[in-house]
Amino acid sequence: MEKVGAVLIVGAGIGGSQAALDLAESGYKAYLIESTTSIGGVMAQLDKTFPTNDCAICIVSPKLVEAGRHPNIDIKINAVIDSFSGEPGNFTANITEKTLYIDMEKCTGCGVCGQECPVEAIDVFNEGLSLKGATSVKYPQAVPLVFAIDRDYCIGCGICKGVCKAKAIDYDLEDKKSELKVGAVILSLGFDEFEPNNMKHYGYGIYDNVVTSIQFERILSASGPFSGKVLRPSDGSTPSKVAFLHCVGSRDPKFGQEYCSSVCCMYTCKEAVIAKEHMEGLEPTIFSMDIRAYGKDFDKYIERAQNEYGVRYIRSRISSITEIPETKDLKLSYEDEKGRVIQEIYNMVILGVGLNPPKDAKYIAEKFGVELNEYGFINAKPLSPVETSRPGVFVCGACSSPKDIPETVIEASGAAGKVNEILSPVRDTLVTKKEYPNEIDISGKEPRVGVFVCHCGINIGGYVDVPEVMKYARTLPNVVLADMNLYTCSADTQTLIKDKIKEFNINRVIVASCTPRTHEPLFQETIREAGLNRFLFQMTNIRDQCSWVHMHQPEEATEKAKDLVRMAVAKSRINEALETFELKVTPIALIIGGGVAGMTAALNFANQGFQAYIIEKEKQLGGFALKIYETLEGDNIQEFIQDLIKKVNSEEKIQVFLEANIEVIDGYVGNFISTVNYGPNKTSTQLDHGVVLVATGGNEYKPKEYLYGEVPNIITQQELEEKLFTSSEIQKKKSIVMIQCVGSRNDEHPYCSRTCCAEAIKNALNIKKKNPEAEVVILFRDIRTYGFKEKYYRKARENGVLFIRFDKEKPPQISKENENLKVSIESQKMGKITLNSDLIVLSSGIVAPAEGNEVLAKMVKVPLNEDKFFLEAHVKLRPVDFATEGIFLCGTAHGPATISESIAQANSAVSRATTILSKETLLIGGAVSVVDKDICTGCKICVRICPFNAIVKDEEGYAYVQEALCKGCGLCSASCPEKAITTKHFTNEQILSEIYALGGKEVI
Amino acid sequence: MSFEPRILGFLCNWCSYAGADLAGVSRIQYPPNIRVIRVMCSGRVDPEFIFKALKLGIDGVIITGCHPGDCHYIEGNYEAVKKFELVQKLLSKLNMEKRIRLEWVSASEGNRFAEVITDFTNQIKELGPSPLSGKDLDMELMEKLEALEMAAESYRLRALVGRERKITEQENVYGEKYPKEKFDNLFDAAINNEYIRNRILLSLEKNPKSVKDLATQLNIDSKEILNHILVLKGRNQVAMEDIIENQPIYLNVMER
Amino acid sequence: MSYEPTILGFLCNWCSYAGADLAGVSRLQYPPNIRVIRVMCSGRVDPKFVFEALKIGIDGIIVMGCHPGDCHYLEGNYEAEKKFNMLKKFLTFINLDNRIRLEWVSASEGMRFAEIVSEFTNSIKELGPSPLKEDKDLLDKLEAIEMAADSYRIRALVGRERTIIESENVYGEKVPQDKFDNIFNTAIYDEYMRCRILLSLKKNSKSVKVLASELEIDPSEVLEHILILKGSNSITMGEIEGITPIYEYTMEG
Repeated sequence: MEKVGAVLIVGAGIGGSQAALDLAESGYKAYLIESTTSIGGVMAQLDKTFPTNDCAICIVSPKLVEAGRHPNIDIKINAVIDSFSGEPGNFTANITEKTLYIDMEKCTGCGVCGQECPVEAIDVFNEGLSLKGATSVKYPQAVPLVFAIDRDYCIGCGICKGVCKAKAIDYDLEDKKSELKVGAVILSLGFDEFEPNNMKHYGYGIYDNVVTSIQFERILSASGPFSGKVLRPSDGSTPSKVAFLHCVGSRDPKFGQEYCSSVCCMYTCKEAVIAKEHMEGLEPTIFSMDIRAYGKDFDKYIERAQNEYGVRYIRSRISSITEIPETKDLKLSYEDEKGRVIQEIYNMVILGVGLNPPKDAKYIAEKFGVELNEYGFINAKPLSPVETSRPGVFVCGACSSPKDIPETVIEASGAAGKVNEILSPVRDTLVTKKEYPNEIDISGKEPRVGVFVCHCGINIGGYVDVPEVMKYARTLPNVVLADMNLYTCSADTQTLIKDKIKEFNINRVIVASCTPRTHEPLFQETIREAGLNRFLFQMTNIRDQCSWVHMHQPEEATEKAKDLVRMAVAKSRINEALETFELKVTPIALIIGGGVAGMTAALNFANQGFQAYIIEKEKQLGGFALKIYETLEGDNIQEFIQDLIKKVNSEEKIQVFLEANIEVIDGYVGNFISTVNYGPNKTSTQLDHGVVLVATGGNEYKPKEYLYGEVPNIITQQELEEKLFTSSEIQKKKSIVMIQCVGSRNDEHPYCSRTCCAEAIKNALNIKKKNPEAEVVILFRDIRTYGFKEKYYRKARENGVLFIRFDKEKPPQISKENENLKVSIESQKMGKITLNSDLIVLSSGIVAPAEGNEVLAKMVKVPLNEDKFFLEAHVKLRPVDFATEGIFLCGTAHGPATISESIAQANSAVSRATTILSKETLLIGGAVSVVDKDICTGCKICVRICPFNAIVKDEEGYAYVQEALCKGCGLCSASCPEKAITTKHFTNEQILSEIYALGGKEVI
Repeated sequence: MSFEPRILGFLCNWCSYAGADLAGVSRIQYPPNIRVIRVMCSGRVDPEFIFKALKLGIDGVIITGCHPGDCHYIEGNYEAVKKFELVQKLLSKLNMEKRIRLEWVSASEGNRFAEVITDFTNQIKELGPSPLSGKDLDMELMEKLEALEMAAESYRLRALVGRERKITEQENVYGEKYPKEKFDNLFDAAINNEYIRNRILLSLEKNPKSVKDLATQLNIDSKEILNHILVLKGRNQVAMEDIIENQPIYLNVMER
Repeated sequence: MSYEPTILGFLCNWCSYAGADLAGVSRLQYPPNIRVIRVMCSGRVDPKFVFEALKIGIDGIIVMGCHPGDCHYLEGNYEAEKKFNMLKKFLTFINLDNRIRLEWVSASEGMRFAEIVSEFTNSIKELGPSPLKEDKDLLDKLEAIEMAADSYRIRALVGRERTIIESENVYGEKVPQDKFDNIFNTAIYDEYMRCRILLSLKKNSKSVKVLASELEIDPSEVLEHILILKGSNSITMGEIEGITPIYEYTMEG
């Protein structure tokens, strides 16, 4: 059957949106199906994100806007899947888009209907904490920005139709059914938060001041119902003592789920920190069992929370909450580590609710014929976390297991990476290539400015005197036409603008209406269709930042609008047509590191038909995984890795360089040239490539502590695993003590190595399997078996493995008497105890190859974090990208990761790289910076200041902007001591012209 | 001295006013307490008129219009019912709903007019003077009435009253009849909410207060007050001024 | 009629401009005095923009960017802060420092945006109209400040500050913040005085003594500056009146 170059993505949260963007940029049509009325999912509900405290909407909104206007992405909102059939490469899906009763094409998102709706319905987005009209938009920054009528609440009064000047409301609109032909599917359904309704002992739904963490997220949000102030729902007072409870519905088979929800430890900590930031006097206490801060820089965050913000941690699970009726305060009872029952009173309690499989997982699984796991999540293949049981149907994000945002984004791109493998033969077959007329040459011509002032229904016209503004615009220099429209953004006005451009020979266009953040691309497209360069368009915002915010001062608002139009005209007169150029791309990838991540990536590239080079410093491929025999889940790694090596070696498109070192990497995205030496003779060669993947991996920490190396029966987990699989030595041991966090979470290596808890439990279970009589004791600080790994922690305890906790300050002491080893430890629960042992196993952590990483980081000009792992472009949303374009990272180079996580990252990095390699040429230029060599002194300030490494020194020592890397932020212009740099479209002259126009001065 | 109430009557021009005239022509006697304002249609009686009258200490207000089906303007009297019901529902919050009445009197019912007026006058006599008449005004009650008036004037309630008949008796925009019971629930909740919100606004107009202060003053659960405050904040009618001893203090920022 | 100030706002595209939009969507009301120029990054605001705005009589200028750590261009807002601190230091010389403001506003902080703009507008109202509209002398001083801020030395110091304090200088060391501040403050003051001397000499040639009384600083300090300006060929010694040398302006352009 013929393959189809389109992909169906079910669920448009951050995962689905990321996958859609990757695929759309790699030459496929993406259908993004969303069950609610706007994309963005849970992330758009969040206030801040850990561990950087980034504002969630600030970072996600540009991405959603991009998805919303991408020509290759077709967003279907309010949609359900009816049926699905076919083969990988050629599937058919039938969907229904349920009616919004509002015409998406006509709705401008102005919001008048919502304001005039006399019905107050519950606002789901704010988690039931505030009210909105029956016609509403999900949140102010929603994409697509259309309103929808909620028939459950609507009484059918018809007022909205009356007030909608855009005539978008149509009560007769029916559900729309359509059939979509696609080559592959990505399921990115997200999760549902655990509903603690059945947990009577916590009083959720009964006591007003017990809220869930996601409700608290809305409470914290500056745009939430409480405007970011922490208020008690019972009486609106500000709480002092606030308790956060971990593991509500997680690690709790009785009331919730058996597994660990992975993210709650971090988000509760974040919520505590942000709450403290918002309300100074707040005293947050977090009740936790283990603190599972296993991600990159997570432990540092927890430490900061404790030390800088005074967040108090108590190790305990709360047994019950009761309300004090008079004050509505809450009494918490718990058992402390010493076994004492303690009662404390709090003003407010936040339940750290876990992540459940999405409610529609079962329905979707049936429709798509994919398996669910024992917990109801979509079952992912072992060692391939983005593949489902059905070929051609992929999965990403929290619908396959609980995970955080970066892991979701990694899997989203990872799934896109796997889609690439199937559909690369039909790339570019279904994307829309638009033909434009030739651009009109305006050089040397007198500016002829056309101004279009928008009424926006009554949104602008109701407060600003639009005709007056229009008349005023006519008096401004070079303005040859000033017009006004009811809705400048409507389809018929676009035709009108194009006609006027021709009729009046206009060569600069200004629209005075809403915000350029959402509407500039639309008008740029319009003038381009009329033959004008996109940069000849100028927008000024007289709605969001004028009419709406000065409703009671119409005269002043009108004056302001006139000023803004004058400023826009001043700038518009000197706006220039900017050229874009095509830059050829070398469709080859260079991969540094031949471990699991590097090899997985290389095979993916090869399967897509791209060539790949692997640069491996050792004599053989395989890396760290060569020493691993089995995963916690029981997958055979030796078999897997040998198979992978075989595939790589037999693949024609992959060229492997062993014992290889990189000498130089030159060039930039699409056009790198590297010099590599390899083999025993250090043969040197030059390689051309379009992208770089950093997959340099990590090493096992060699313990300096606990008598390691001095006594033969003190070994590391890796050594234990080898012995378990290659000898019967361990079966003879009677008493085995394992010590966790060796070389992790200490002053030298302050981070968690993520994998060691699972390693220890895996080996402990194996020992028990081989010799049930053996005593196994694991000394730990926190057991971090996140996600479904929790099952094995439980199993280990059931099998008699003993777990004893110690504090960082009081590590176990080892003493040796003859052949006998004694481990003494101070436990909170049991006091001082001494264990006799004939084998001590150290769970040594993972460390970055610091030296190698430092050299490489300097060479490709990308940063490392404090622990010498590579630092990605953005911790949340660009986890496998570097700020410098064309360079990506995956695997342990990024930080400690399991094998299956490394594989996901590898496919993810490939997908990101494919957005470049799949294009014959990259479009560069436009609003970028340019250096005037006659003025440049070569001081290099701009080179250092450019966040994207876009500026380099040329042969003569002058600064030179690599247009392919420049993002047009203008930092260099503002910083150059000689003012030798011009940032196009935001030049000094252009910005100054606006300033002078405001001052009433003539334009320079 | 016995109490002689002051009664205001709104009479529609075509039926009731004619009926009153007929009572006169027929020399039918009825108590002299009523003062009549002639309106073209009973549906013309804006709820505001009733509130204004009550605020001035008028003891009773009666509206009379054509019988159902007889309206000169076809259905004006049905609209009068809806408006009257709104006012009645609002006034019941202050136990003042008995001080207003709506009756149908045709041009031929001079007798009935006299009877209705007599009966209503007696009823008001029995109720005694309006608590808002006389010298010692009950300022708290006045404020409550003010809040009711503001609620009745609110866009939301006026919009609901304006559409009620269309959507519950004929058909709504989806071609269905919206169940009367459901509408009533929604309407009653809206009435209650808007009344309390306006009480909050009036209270905050005097001086800024915390949710707790408002809850005590209005004798309403603080959680409910908080929800109203949030709505009012969303409408940009109140704002948080300060936080004193864990209590956020709100003030009225409405421009009237 | 009461005084209504003109306020100019520079808003970064990604956070603050979005925050301002959100204020609009939420219909939050604030004074209509502000006029906004959208820039891609708060770090794009060249100090010159602020000086030029002040010179044409704008009463207050506010720059807004993403919160630290949120910058779309990673660290542009940190650069904005450095430039702003420099501006602030210069404007302190002529008591105009409270007419400029730098604030962080995120895309979700519509309320915060409205509050800041209201508060800033009120503070400018209280300050009254910009004295630059009347005071010719002050305008001269501002001219000198703008020249100084535009000078290679100052721009270079600002451009390098974060590199040498936060990462490392060419010797692989970090320079302590207070040490840098001392150097920077001295540079700012010196360049300001030198530019004032230049501008004064540009009008007519003068002696050290005359300059000292005009600038209200010690003659020995003036002499030091004169020597440096002579060294850079910006001025020359002209005729000598009695025993007093007269200096004249020679700088081109």
